[in-house]
Amino acid sequence: MKKSRHYFADKDVQVILGTLLRVGVILSMSVVLLGGIIYLLHHGKGLVDYKIFDSSKNQYASILAIFEGIKRMDSQAVIQFGVLLLIFTPITRVVFSIFSFLIERDYMYVLIGVFVLCVILFSLSNKLVG
Amino acid sequence: MSVLLFTVIVLAGAFLAGLVGSLTGLGGGVIIIPLLTLALGVDIHYAIGASIVSVIATSSGSAAAYVKEGITNIRIGMFLEIATTISAIFGAVITVFINPSYIAVIFGLILLFSAAMMLKKKVDHSDTDTSGKIANFFKLNGSYPTEAGEKKYGVHNVIGGFVMMFFAGIISGLLGIGSGALKVVAMDNIMRIPFKVSTTTSNFMMGVTAAASAVVYLHRGQIDPGIAMPVTVGVLLGATIGSKILVKAKTDKLKVIFAVVVVFLALQMIYNGLSGKL
Repeated sequence: MKKSRHYFADKDVQVILGTLLRVGVILSMSVVLLGGIIYLLHHGKGLVDYKIFDSSKNQYASILAIFEGIKRMDSQAVIQFGVLLLIFTPITRVVFSIFSFLIERDYMYVLIGVFVLCVILFSLSNKLVG
Repeated sequence: MSVLLFTVIVLAGAFLAGLVGSLTGLGGGVIIIPLLTLALGVDIHYAIGASIVSVIATSSGSAAAYVKEGITNIRIGMFLEIATTISAIFGAVITVFINPSYIAVIFGLILLFSAAMMLKKKVDHSDTDTSGKIANFFKLNGSYPTEAGEKKYGVHNVIGGFVMMFFAGIISGLLGIGSGALKVVAMDNIMRIPFKVSTTTSNFMMGVTAAASAVVYLHRGQIDPGIAMPVTVGVLLGATIGSKILVKAKTDKLKVIFAVVVVFLALQMIYNGLSGKL
């Protein structure tokens, strides 16, 4: 009996997770599209130059810079913000899984989940790119 | 080239990449990167940054659909993510220190491998032997519902699968792709997980793995809004439509045709890499 209840709980969690992911994708894509339209209206006639990668040319290479750009309603910052929302969508899924392991009192997997989350947060802290 | 023209071309190309990628199971990244670099002359580092964003979009977008069909084993996913997140970040960190020519060659080789895997008939190696010590310790064995009732499956060679996933993560971080073909090897062939579980679990992991390396790319300025916008929107639209027609279409012939295209792209990437043009 315990087994089947376990399975249904898992299934519920997965349906909620599936919806969460879809909402995340739709939301972030709407932001990217909005930014994209403004971007094309303002810069559509400009020329592209992506021949050689130059990290200093990108103004929005940090979360802080993206938020500052949003305040000025800069189109490229809006696109980057949408990308940021998209990046956070699967991360939310990890957080959600940790909670569901906590409810199931599976502490080994709470620990594993927290570890995975820490790895991602460490990379978010921007210590890896010089 | 003007921004508007560039956007339209990339959008159309990304749409096709997403469509064919979802019909064949290859994913959009492996097609969009050659398109950007070979056809439009975009630096491979920008192409990689844009592609990884589209990987997150397609994997998260299709996860909702997968919930109905398969059963994700969240424990297997979370356990293997220890390997893939660390290695994906590692791959994303080292990618700029490697000569772009080498990256192009590695990319070509992975493309060839993916084409071969796509044509190879998949064999389900799963069984009900749940005696594996590590699998039991980490509670990886599971079951899924079938018409004949609940079916149990055992997970094998956990260490081998973990190592293979580590490798898949490095490739994912290095090249900005989902590296689905390598994940299939780890889960189906090495760990012998049934398809119904491995497909959805691998999809679950792909988004998290890609997010880990995408953060590194973002901080390095590899995610350029002007490229990421059309790539992500195009791939996602294509993949969504692809998954809708997938149910009706017979994909066997398409796969053969598409394998030829992929092999051609792979050889182009390798040739351009070796001759130093990329």
